[in-house]
Amino acid sequence: MAPRTLFDKIWDSHVVETLPDRTAILYIDRHLVHEVTSPQAFEGLRLSGRRLRHPDATIAVVDHNVPTSDRTQPIEEAESRNQIETLERNVKEFGVPYFPLLSARQGIVHVVGPEQGISLPGMTIVCGDSHTSTHGAMGALAFGIGTSEVEHVMATQTILQKPAKNMKVVVEGQVGPGVTAKDIMLAIIGHIGTAGGTGHVIEFAGSAIRELDMAGRMTLCNMSIEAGARAGLVAPDETTFEYVRGRPFAPKGEAFDEAVAYWKTLAADEGAHYDRVVEMRAEDITPVLTWGTSPETVIPVTGTVPDPAAEADAGRRAQMQRMLDYMGLKAGQKIAGTPVDVVFIGSCTNSRIEDLRSAAAIAAGRKVAAGVRAMIVPGSGIVKAQAEEEGLDKVFLEAGFEWREAGCSMCLGMNPDRLTPGQRCASTSNRNFEGRQGPGGRTHLLSPAMAAAAAVTGCLTDVRELI
Amino acid sequence: MDKFTVLSAVAAPLPEENIDTDKIIPARFLKTTKRTGLGVHAFDSMRYRADGSENPDFVLNQEPYRKAEILITYDNLGCGSSREHAPWALLDFGIRCVIAPSFADIFHNNCFKNGILPIVLPHDVCEQLMEDARMGGNARLTIDLPRQVVVRPDGTEVPFNVDPLRKKLLLEGLDDIGQTLQHEKEITIFEERRAQAQPWIPRIVLD
Repeated sequence: MAPRTLFDKIWDSHVVETLPDRTAILYIDRHLVHEVTSPQAFEGLRLSGRRLRHPDATIAVVDHNVPTSDRTQPIEEAESRNQIETLERNVKEFGVPYFPLLSARQGIVHVVGPEQGISLPGMTIVCGDSHTSTHGAMGALAFGIGTSEVEHVMATQTILQKPAKNMKVVVEGQVGPGVTAKDIMLAIIGHIGTAGGTGHVIEFAGSAIRELDMAGRMTLCNMSIEAGARAGLVAPDETTFEYVRGRPFAPKGEAFDEAVAYWKTLAADEGAHYDRVVEMRAEDITPVLTWGTSPETVIPVTGTVPDPAAEADAGRRAQMQRMLDYMGLKAGQKIAGTPVDVVFIGSCTNSRIEDLRSAAAIAAGRKVAAGVRAMIVPGSGIVKAQAEEEGLDKVFLEAGFEWREAGCSMCLGMNPDRLTPGQRCASTSNRNFEGRQGPGGRTHLLSPAMAAAAAVTGCLTDVRELI
Repeated sequence: MDKFTVLSAVAAPLPEENIDTDKIIPARFLKTTKRTGLGVHAFDSMRYRADGSENPDFVLNQEPYRKAEILITYDNLGCGSSREHAPWALLDFGIRCVIAPSFADIFHNNCFKNGILPIVLPHDVCEQLMEDARMGGNARLTIDLPRQVVVRPDGTEVPFNVDPLRKKLLLEGLDDIGQTLQHEKEITIFEERRAQAQPWIPRIVLD
């Protein structure tokens, strides 16, 4: 057999059947369900008299809509409440395992899956959410699907898909101080663009990637979709196995050893073919952030806002100008020193315990600048409890941050956590689209450490000045 | 799902790259539990001003494009979130065909699942079709799916590619769950084989 990539191996082992036009019926090991993209799928099952083929391969949580404030009170927004109650009725009717709002295990679906050992290496994992790519950090093939496909997976435990192309992004070397997985990923997106990975699955490789902890790898794979890729992957290694060991739904004892033996066979074979390879040096990556309304508008925090006049293409020039107008920035201005109104530390990109530790290290002994609202939204109830055990909540509260309950929150503003028009936000989330965090809101994507630095200085700041 | 065969309709030009799904339908409108009714919010931030009134500069607020059934854009249409609410909003507005030099994968997929035909054509061809579209109501484009051509107002034809299986589903208006379930036996055999080879794969059962 020809040498195969990690993606090829996972793909091949899940093909039930290949249809004449190369479309595969691909078996799905894990289906993660949340309240926003599932109601129409459950309704479809109901209308056609179908059941879930494997409730025991499915897990449901509420995350997108949930308030991150006091949860003993009823949910105020009627439509959000309705979506949550609809999910609760559906999981009951269809027998789907579910972590309810008041469970400690509730959280953002892409934090909960790995944390509970539900997402495992070598698996195929889907969810009606584009950031399902996060689970690729486990060495699993994980991608977002639409609601029609959610219904298809519920009914058949498969999806129809053609194989993706293989792309490898190699980052060799050692990153400097203050440079995190978020900076690496933003630098990659800045380099290849938001359509750079379209049609491909990106495998991240190289010494700088291997040295990342699991949270860092999740940040990387999470934003593969921002590079247009169908999924992101990191080959499972000892770091992965140690992370999985002992998780509630992971295999135990002999079964775990058997699983590890299998997982070790997944790494790409010597000489495996990649359709595209991109190489970067870790030493070249500095703390970065976005200036515009597309995740590819990445500049070093020491840099200046680019000038549309330097862009040759008229369409692109107009688009850049529109971004500058929307963001309230001027061509050529230094990005550092731009005042912020809000700091959001959270989302499926950066809300794990490692992210909170990194933010707390900057916040410790400092105060949130006057006039800045700074929020910490842990990724799950488990992350929150762990942070409290470590005393991080006190560090944040003493510095003047809000310490909130787990959920998607201000990443997409479906719950009450929203920017108001014109507000500028230093955000650890994944998208800076117009209106993403609230109509008229201005988003700068950056790392948790950089977000904390913005909170305590009141402006976009090079975190290296604070470490 | 409605069948898609031959569509002769007004096309709206939207000459932008990277039109993301947040732009097509902002997250605050995703709280519905239905597939219908989202058309009024399609392109909300471009279509309405802060006071809620229509933005007269936006193409879909102008005649004859209020009745557009075809939308033409530049690269990477539908990037961002996986929300199927994006094609639902387009469909509810009346759009049955989207033409662009490239699409984001999930959005491209989601279009087919809802009877919307996404057509990939080179940038310069999209520009020409936008020029056609700017001629307004008398310059309809015809999308002939069985023959796989776009017929321009002057009668010239532009061929396009479409995946044969997806073409079949569109032509017949079929959902693909029924089709996959015809392979249920193979799915069961796969599951049995895998349970033997990898017995360690845990089931998710809550106490």
